[in-house]
Amino acid sequence: MDSAVRFRKVFLRYGSVVALDGIDLEIRSGEFFGILGPSGSGKTSCLRLIAGFDRPSDGMIELHGRAAAAVPPYDRDVNTVFQDYALFPHMTIEQNVAFGLMVKGVDRRERRIRVDEMLAMVRLEGLGERRPSQLSGGQRQRVALARALVNRPSVLLLDEPLGALDLKLRQQMQVELRLLQRALGITFIFVTHDQGEALSMSDRLAVFNRGRIEQVGTPEEIYERPSTRFAAEFVGDSNIVERRDPGVAAHERGVFSLRPEKVHLSTREPEFGEHAISVRGEVADVQFHGASVRYVVSLPDGESMTAVVGNLGSRAEAPAVEPGARVWLSWNSSDLHRLSESDSR
Amino acid sequence: MASAMQAPLRPRPGRMLSTVLLLRPKLLLALLLLPPLLWLAVVYLGAMFALLVQSFFSIDEFTGLIERTFTLRTYAELLRPAHLDIILRTAAMAAAVTLASVLVAFPIAYYMARYATGRAKTVFYLAVMLPLWSSYLVRVYAWKLILAKEGIVTWLAAELGAGSWLDALLSVPVIGGTALSVSYVGTFTVFVYIWLPFMILPIQAALERVPQSIIEASADLGAPPHRTFRNVILPLAFPGVVAGSIFTFSLTLGDYIIPQIIGSSRLFLGQVVYIQQGTAGNIPMAAAFCVVPIIVMSIYLSVAKRLGAFDAL
Repeated sequence: MDSAVRFRKVFLRYGSVVALDGIDLEIRSGEFFGILGPSGSGKTSCLRLIAGFDRPSDGMIELHGRAAAAVPPYDRDVNTVFQDYALFPHMTIEQNVAFGLMVKGVDRRERRIRVDEMLAMVRLEGLGERRPSQLSGGQRQRVALARALVNRPSVLLLDEPLGALDLKLRQQMQVELRLLQRALGITFIFVTHDQGEALSMSDRLAVFNRGRIEQVGTPEEIYERPSTRFAAEFVGDSNIVERRDPGVAAHERGVFSLRPEKVHLSTREPEFGEHAISVRGEVADVQFHGASVRYVVSLPDGESMTAVVGNLGSRAEAPAVEPGARVWLSWNSSDLHRLSESDSR
Repeated sequence: MASAMQAPLRPRPGRMLSTVLLLRPKLLLALLLLPPLLWLAVVYLGAMFALLVQSFFSIDEFTGLIERTFTLRTYAELLRPAHLDIILRTAAMAAAVTLASVLVAFPIAYYMARYATGRAKTVFYLAVMLPLWSSYLVRVYAWKLILAKEGIVTWLAAELGAGSWLDALLSVPVIGGTALSVSYVGTFTVFVYIWLPFMILPIQAALERVPQSIIEASADLGAPPHRTFRNVILPLAFPGVVAGSIFTFSLTLGDYIIPQIIGSSRLFLGQVVYIQQGTAGNIPMAAAFCVVPIIVMSIYLSVAKRLGAFDAL
C-alpha cells in the first residue's frame, strides 16, 4: 500500500511558539486516519500543512511520494472540510458545490451532473437553490463535504467536522462518513479532540500532544497498549499504577496503565490465581452512567482508582455499593501496560 | 449565607429604576428610541419636506418675492441647458471621484483588513482617520498651494523630468487648465483625497468580516489567487464598496467648497445652490437644485440594489 501523505521531521514554528516539533508520520493511501489530541497539540497545524495553507519551517512533506513544499494549495489534489465549513455566503448551495469544478474549467453540463450526483449522495437534493444561511448546521456540514468531494480528491482533510453538531446528528454523521469513505476509497484524514470519535472511526490514528506524536496505531493497539502516559490518559480512561516498592520484582517495576473496566470490584476478598493483584479501599464516589457504573475508590496510599462495572442483568447482581463502603479491587497483571517514562517533559 | 440572602436589599433609586426598566422592556425601548426618532422626524424629515415644498414655489422676477402657490415653473427652469450642464458635470465628477476612490482605497483597505496586525494596524487606522481631525478648509487650501503653478507638484515634476507630462495633462481640453489648481484634474484630485477615508473604512469593515477560512477554502478548491479575488473576495467586499461609494458620490454631489477653491470657474451643483440661495435669494430654485442629488442618489441606490449590493447585509 503506497503512502498518501508522509511527514519527514517536520517542524512548524510561529515566532517562538513551536506548533509542530519534529513530526514523522506516514498516512497510507485509502485509509481513514484519525489525528487526535487536545487543542493546541498541533493537529490542525498538521492538516494545514497537508492542505498547503502553511509551509513547514523545517522538514519535508510528501504527497503521494512527491515533495509538496512548492505546490500551492490550489494545485494540490487535496480538499478540506473546514471546521466552520467555510461555505461561500454569497453563493447558492449549488454554486458552492460547483465552485471547484468551475475554477477548473469543467463545462457547464458535466458540472451540473456531478453537482446533482453529489447533492444526492449527501441527501441534499432540492436544496441547491438555497443559501448557506438558510440551512441547518448538519446540512451545512454535508454541503461542505459535497463541495470537497465533488472534486474527487485523492485525500480529504476533515478538521473537526462534527464538532458543531449535536450528539445524535454527530453519531449519525460518524456512520455516514465511514460508509462514504469505504465507498469512495479516498484517503480521509480526520482531526478531532474527541477520543471516542477517533477510536470508532479511524483505521489508524495518531495521538498528538504538544506538537509531537505520542503514539500511532490502530484504535485497538492504542487503547489496549498505550505506550505513553499521555496516550493512556487521553484515549479512554486509565488508572496509572506505579509499582516501585521493594516487594515487587525488579522487572515488574515501573509505571503502568490499567483500564477501569479491567478492574474487578467485590465486597469480599477475591480468590484468584497467582497473577491476580488486589488492594483494599473505600468507595469515594459512585457515578451511574446508564450502561455502566463508575466507582472511584480511595486506596490506603492516598491514591484513588476507578473501576467501571457494566450494568449487566438485574441490579441485584451488581454489587450494591454505596460511598463509604469497604471494597476489594483486583486485576490481572496481564492487564497492566507498561508506559514509557521518557514522556515527562 | 441564608440570612444574607433573606436580608432585604435597601431600596436605592437607581436600583428601583433598573428594576422597573428590566420588567418593562418596551418602556426601555421607547425611552431609548424616542429622542432620536423625534430628531429624525422633526429636524431631518421636516427640513427635507420644507425643502420639497419650497421647490414647488416660484419667485416673482420683478419684486424678488416668493410666490407661495404651487407651480412647476421652477422645475421647468431647472431643465434649461445651462443648468443641465451643471447637473451632468457634477454627476460625472462624482462618478469619477467614486471610481478613483475605490481603486485607491481597496488595496489600503485590503492590507488593513487582511495583513496588518497590532501596531501596523493602529498606524494605518490613525493615518486614515488623522486628516478628519484637522479642518477641511485648511486641507483644501493646503492642496491649492500644492497644486499651484509654483507649487510642489509642478516643481517635483520638473525635477523628475516629467514636466512635459504634466504640461501634456494640463493641455488636455476640458479637464486641463493653466495649472493643476485651476483645472478639473485638480478638483478631482482633491475630492478623492478628501473623501478617501469614507471609502477605505467601509471596505475595510466588509473585508474584515470575511473569514480567513473562506479564502483558504477557495484556494483549497483549486482557485488561484486571481480567481479567489474575483469570485470570493470582491463579491463579499462589494457591500462595503457600495457603502463607501454612497458616501463619496453623495458628498461630491453636494460639495460647494472644493470646486470653489480648486478648479476652473465652471460651476458645480453645490455652488449653484449656494449662489441661488445666498446671492440671488432665489430659494425655490435653490430647493429645486437640492432635489437633484436626492433623485440622482435614489437612481444610484436602486442600481446598486439591482447589482445585489445589499444581498449580503
